[in-house]
Amino acid sequence: MEIEFRLPSLGADMERATLTTWLKKPGEAVHRGEAIAVVETEKGLIDIECFDEGIVSALIVEPGTKIAVGTVLARLTAAGTGVPPTSVPRAAAPATAAAAAAPAVRVPPPPAAPAAAGPAGEAAARLRISPAARRRAQELGLTDAALGRLAAGGMGGIVHIEDIERLAAGGAAAAPAADARDAMRVVIGNAMARAKREIPHYYLGHTIDFAAARSFLQRHNAGVPVAERLLEGILIAKAVALAAARIAGFNGYFRDGRFERAPEVNLGMAIAVRGGGLVAPALLAADRKDLRTLMHEFSELVSRVRSGHMRSGEFTAATITVTSLGEDGVEAIYPIINPPQVAIVGSGCVVERPGVCEGSVAVRPQLTLTLAADHRVTDGRAGARFVCTIAELLAAPEKLR
Amino acid sequence: MNALPQAPVTRERGLHLLREMLRIRCFEDRCVQLYGELKIRGFLHLCNGEEAVAVGAMQALAPSDAVVSTYREHGHALARGLAMNALMAELYGKESGSSHGRGGSMHIFDVSRRFYGGNAIVGGGLPLALGFALAQKLQRQSALTACFFGDGAVAEGEFHESLNLAALWRLPVLFLCENNLYAMGTAVEVAESQTDVAAKARVYRIDAATVDGMDVFAVEDAARGAAAQVRGGGGPVLLELRTYRFRGHSMFDAQLYRDKAEVEAWQKKGPLITLTTKLKSLGLMSEEDYQRLEREARAEVEAAVEFAERSDFESVTQLERFVYTERAP
Amino acid sequence: MSAPLTYREAAREALRAALTADARVFLMGEDVGRYGGCYAVTKGLLQEFGPERIRDTPLSESAFVGAGIGAAIAGLRPIVEIMTVNFSMLALDQILNNAATLCHMSGGQISVPLVIRMATGAGRQLAAQHSHSLEGWYAHIPGIRIVAPGTIDDARFMLAAALACPDPVLLFEHIYLYNMEGELTPGLERVDIAHAAVRRPGRDVALITYGGSLPKCLAAAAELAAEGIEAEVLDLRTLRPLDDATLMESVRRTHRAVIVDEGWRSGSLAAEITTRIMEQAFYDLDAPVARVCTAEVPLPYPKHLEDAALPSPARIIATARTLIRGGAGTH
Repeated sequence: MEIEFRLPSLGADMERATLTTWLKKPGEAVHRGEAIAVVETEKGLIDIECFDEGIVSALIVEPGTKIAVGTVLARLTAAGTGVPPTSVPRAAAPATAAAAAAPAVRVPPPPAAPAAAGPAGEAAARLRISPAARRRAQELGLTDAALGRLAAGGMGGIVHIEDIERLAAGGAAAAPAADARDAMRVVIGNAMARAKREIPHYYLGHTIDFAAARSFLQRHNAGVPVAERLLEGILIAKAVALAAARIAGFNGYFRDGRFERAPEVNLGMAIAVRGGGLVAPALLAADRKDLRTLMHEFSELVSRVRSGHMRSGEFTAATITVTSLGEDGVEAIYPIINPPQVAIVGSGCVVERPGVCEGSVAVRPQLTLTLAADHRVTDGRAGARFVCTIAELLAAPEKLR
Repeated sequence: MNALPQAPVTRERGLHLLREMLRIRCFEDRCVQLYGELKIRGFLHLCNGEEAVAVGAMQALAPSDAVVSTYREHGHALARGLAMNALMAELYGKESGSSHGRGGSMHIFDVSRRFYGGNAIVGGGLPLALGFALAQKLQRQSALTACFFGDGAVAEGEFHESLNLAALWRLPVLFLCENNLYAMGTAVEVAESQTDVAAKARVYRIDAATVDGMDVFAVEDAARGAAAQVRGGGGPVLLELRTYRFRGHSMFDAQLYRDKAEVEAWQKKGPLITLTTKLKSLGLMSEEDYQRLEREARAEVEAAVEFAERSDFESVTQLERFVYTERAP
Repeated sequence: MSAPLTYREAAREALRAALTADARVFLMGEDVGRYGGCYAVTKGLLQEFGPERIRDTPLSESAFVGAGIGAAIAGLRPIVEIMTVNFSMLALDQILNNAATLCHMSGGQISVPLVIRMATGAGRQLAAQHSHSLEGWYAHIPGIRIVAPGTIDDARFMLAAALACPDPVLLFEHIYLYNMEGELTPGLERVDIAHAAVRRPGRDVALITYGGSLPKCLAAAAELAAEGIEAEVLDLRTLRPLDDATLMESVRRTHRAVIVDEGWRSGSLAAEITTRIMEQAFYDLDAPVARVCTAEVPLPYPKHLEDAALPSPARIIATARTLIRGGAGTH
């Protein structure tokens, strides 16, 4: 039986050696553990041992030759008796580190590049704009042309979220008033078009008896100065905020293909801007504040919006929005969701109608609530629970304090 | 230092010690081959020539004692009773290894045998040994901690800090200096102003003795005496065991720092030859006994190789395990 | 307990409570017993608990840290005090190659439930060799946990959480905090060592920090509020592992981040956090992440130079303003 004697590895970083001297000749016997040759390595001359018993039949490699680890140096014929020859390596190679699990960091995909070609596209490509501002611009459907007009006005030559929001609210400082209004229309139009295109809206409507809320407000407002009186809209806002905290799926953002539940309920309050247009800055943590605080903060928001002193954080903070056309005398509003939010609650004006109360017909103040929600996140059942929760809260307004 | 009366040399005792040393020698020799065949990788430090130190010392230790060792630990591990299968599988890097394959030759651990490694840093185990001994003392156990280290560690600050602290707090440490005369390629004369390690220990008020590390009976007797003193609350004891390393520091060593003649001279008075000669001269064993024991040792090693060969590697998906504790201690 | 107390007293109370609650707990380090502790944290403990449990060690960092490791493996609960992080390099081998690594090298057989307390930081003109902040270095190592109590509550309760952890915990006490006075939160009985905490909520920028820089950030936030900038102050509390989730929530809320870290800027913990923010919240950023770190110089001795080198409320405020009003971020 033939045994192959190969150059052994003698060190972690040894790859090759030079055969210097053979210590055995063909025909000579080799005993286990005997040195059979001398090789030269980076570290110096080392004897290499043979672990088999046998007779050398052939020396394959000539002295002076450089060989790699594992090269066959000689052949032996196994001795007739004694320990079987060394087995040929047969273990499978281990899985390499290349198959290691990828790190757990979730890398969000970049926002889709604006679909623009030609010079306007190049201008946008050279634009220095923060990642958050670029994402907001896309949510609002801002074109590169609009972004390009912004570049000159950006702080330090860089476009920030505030610049985008100002543009959306019609506050672009560089443009004259009429152009600004047109620009704003375009922005709003683009944003709404995108919302309608991408968000599968479903709608629910619910008419509620507003008597309890009304009398609660009357009682409260009778005892306080004008500055501290509560508006209907604040009751509704608080009810919506509490419902949004309780029922999952209506408070947060749909981004990068999935719904991110927001840890806080930052209620966007739709406020009309002088000269036309709408903004929806947020009342932060609205579910956790009392009515007085909410009313106060809301008044402050309105005055700042009307005077143009808004803060960028307020615009991007809203996690769900409330809108009302009650003042304009409309019974129900079917609103469009502001991306990346996933819901918007509308309320109309309070209407006196015949209704049934405790078994008999009477004139009741009624309010129609509407919900537009993102069907990628919730369905009608969840929406119904959400709307009914709002209704229950408005029916027992003491709990809204 | 107290010396217990020498234990009698009997056939039973002699063959037991020979068997233990042969297991180690055959294991180490097989490792040379496996390393050459790329089955074992990294650094491999073999203890051929030092078997009597491991085997002799272990006779004095009880299961409740703790053992701290170095990267030249195969002999210590086998003599302590770690399963040869698990040890070989660890060298192969297989999941069935004593450390799940995570450590390799230099990091052998077996908590069930109180064998705490396995340290690639010269001197790194001495402070650790202090800790085990401190716990034994505070918990009022009669156990001791055996700490193996080489002549190289004697130069490290940790050696001095540890001997000082062990003596100061009277910790039950049995310091076992395995002096094989070379720290990698540096002879003790080149590294130490005072080459007498036992003398160094006495400066720290630690009882110490120098022992012929090639004579397994001498090692066992000295270890039993020292262990008894440590267990008796006498504070730490150091044994300097004079021995020699037949092979290079690690696999890849051209041994340019010493003469072949010197190696051959020591090989002629190695632990296996010393013991065999003594037993035969007393008529306590025959050549057949030796051949039989060697065959059995080799068979055990082959079985361990087969175990390692057919064991699996741990899945790469498990890479990030064992960084933190996975279960409450 | 709502009487005012110092951070030092809270730390002492934590040690006393630990020693009382668990007989396996003992403390060892230089001058912890007869001297009462270099920063007086352990004053009185030797008299109360005796020399077996409050052990003065020789100046042998490597030996007594290693001893702590061995004792912890063997079932005790040692608290090792390294006088300051400046001396910890003498024990670095034991910390890195033993404490952090034994669990892994043994294939999970060994746990090292050791707590190492170290004083850290600069600000008292102690010059180059006594002014290091090396928490970031240690936070590089897998296998250990790093915590930095920055409040009175955390000084009181983080130690217990660290002792309950089966893995080695390095607990850093900034020297400037020892004299800080405050009150424990009434009714608080424990804290975790897994989460960061928002110490001051805000909207416009997140000041991310830990340990001795926390009061500086709170002071900066108060001043910024006066000019209408609402800064959020996030106390990291745990430096390894970092609480990414809470960190990213702050960044998403504010869109701007300033990391205040007393280490040197290069290769710092601040650099790691910056990278994580870039990896996980890139599209929420309205400005580049800014860092306020110690200047790249060994700490000088004279006060004016030391003050100029270290993070300060003034530098933090200036950096935050720049982020909000325009310009690049690094200061």
